[in-house]
Amino acid sequence: MRVRSVTWFLAVCLTAISSLALGGGVAQAQPVAAAAMVVAPDSTPVADAQRIAALEKQVAANASAAAAAQMAGDNAWMLVSAALVLMMSGPGLALFYAGMVRKKNVLGTLMQTFAMMAVVTVLWALVTYSLAFGSGNAFLGGLQNVFLRGVGLTPDPNYAATIPLQTFMVYQLMFAIITPALITGAFAERMKFSAMLVFMVLWAVVVYSPMAHMVWGVGGLLNVAGAAAGGWGGRIPCLDFAGGTVVHVTSGVSALVTALYLGKRLGYPREPMPPHSLVLTFIGACLLWVGWFGFNAGSALGAGSLATSAFVCTHFGAAAAAIGWCAAEWLRNGKPSALGGVSGAVAGLVAITPGAGFVTPISALWIGLITGVFCFFMVVKVKHFFGYDDTLDAFGVHGAGGTLGALLTGIFARSVVNPVFGAGKPTGLLEGNPRQLLNQLIGVAIAWSLSIVGTLVILFLVDKTIGLRVGEEAEREGLDLSQHGEEAYDMAH
Amino acid sequence: MHKIEAVIQPSKLDAVKDALVEVGVEGMTILEARGHGRQKGHTEFYRGREYSVDLLPKVKLELVVKDELVDDAIQAIISSARTGKIGDGKIFVSKIDEVIRIRNEDRGETAL
Repeated sequence: MRVRSVTWFLAVCLTAISSLALGGGVAQAQPVAAAAMVVAPDSTPVADAQRIAALEKQVAANASAAAAAQMAGDNAWMLVSAALVLMMSGPGLALFYAGMVRKKNVLGTLMQTFAMMAVVTVLWALVTYSLAFGSGNAFLGGLQNVFLRGVGLTPDPNYAATIPLQTFMVYQLMFAIITPALITGAFAERMKFSAMLVFMVLWAVVVYSPMAHMVWGVGGLLNVAGAAAGGWGGRIPCLDFAGGTVVHVTSGVSALVTALYLGKRLGYPREPMPPHSLVLTFIGACLLWVGWFGFNAGSALGAGSLATSAFVCTHFGAAAAAIGWCAAEWLRNGKPSALGGVSGAVAGLVAITPGAGFVTPISALWIGLITGVFCFFMVVKVKHFFGYDDTLDAFGVHGAGGTLGALLTGIFARSVVNPVFGAGKPTGLLEGNPRQLLNQLIGVAIAWSLSIVGTLVILFLVDKTIGLRVGEEAEREGLDLSQHGEEAYDMAH
Repeated sequence: MHKIEAVIQPSKLDAVKDALVEVGVEGMTILEARGHGRQKGHTEFYRGREYSVDLLPKVKLELVVKDELVDDAIQAIISSARTGKIGDGKIFVSKIDEVIRIRNEDRGETAL
């Protein structure tokens, strides 16, 4: 039975492959046949004119066929990338975080990330896409794209000339979902679900949208491609390929602010609060690693060689950082842990995010290795020294790793990989452009400032209106029961 | 009749069960338990936080046997559960006044 079904499967695959090959052959054969037809020798002026007209028509048809083929190829990769980035949130990040909490807070933690998948999506359609990517000033997009007006299926060359604008919109949406979800790690096990929803909606508007616009939006202050837009647009070109500042610095720094504002969990650090299931955390981290190929290689906004370069760097950065964190842990505690290994990989993925499309694979190894050790130090030493309760280390991994990655991008960026300032022009510090490191520093400083101020204001408003923390009794009982009325693991049946 | 309660290493459960069946014990109850005696626990590290875990996983067996079987049963547990290392567990023996089978209200040794 099994052998038969395998044979059947192979037959189906072969049929699919051969029909694809045939389809490709037909598409190629058409222009060749037509061209052969029009080069038949004939010398009267009328015939010449007809031939030229036919040739021109043919050239135009070829060009549009080539454009359609490229759009099909690029769009296929971008749709897959968008799906991969959504997979990073749920189940990736959701499991990564849920495994690290106590078993009374599992569903509460999963729901915080899942809620972002729903709420941020609706908000994106209504207003935040327009605020991030509409053409406004250097700091914030305009309102011309609210309710996705004007966001159709034709490409917008300002963003990506070879994919439908809606693909670009939905791809960027996945980034807008995971960014606030990352913050939830800092306030895990103690925040009210209702307060979390209000906080995140305001945060998407006040912090994420302006930062995304400044770095990636048309005419944004930090946009590398925005120099031509005039005014403040592109005044400080900051290299951020896939969201080191936009995603990781903003979420990580906001996480730290939230952890400090909310205070520690009841009993922290006196009571033991070990992770309830590192198996879930492990699965989540590995899903994050795979999803990150969509995050970084997808940020090439096409399926060309830049996507390959970013894909390779992403993988190398993660691997080196896993080794870095584990090695540091091995030396310090005498044992390399599973949690340490996957934490290191995530830290490396964070750090390589801004540079993925600008650095060489060997530079990616260095960026990963440095970050793995650095984030280990941040999580194990610095956090305990200051005593703040960044529950799942959203700051230690994303804030610290994102900041370091953004700066290292300014050091390692190479024009051979991505001639973003023109072919052969020096890009990073090591190529002889020290100015870029300063630009990176300014970009990071803007992300830090915006996150601190924006998050503080939102926290204050939500705290004074509906209150941020669950009551003492609800916190002891756990978020699963107190916020959602259900339990992750039913031990009685 | 006596009740024998034995706290043993989880990895020794099958050996102990086989040894008990061999000397003629017909029924037992097994509980997954956590505990410690003089044995020290161990330390775990999660992202630099150190936790000392002093309640270790154990298995607890409970069996009630006729008086003449008590010594054999105890000996069977000792010989099959011993590794010689700290943490092998303990055996507690106590007298049982009455046993009642719920199905037909048999009492005493016939209910065992």
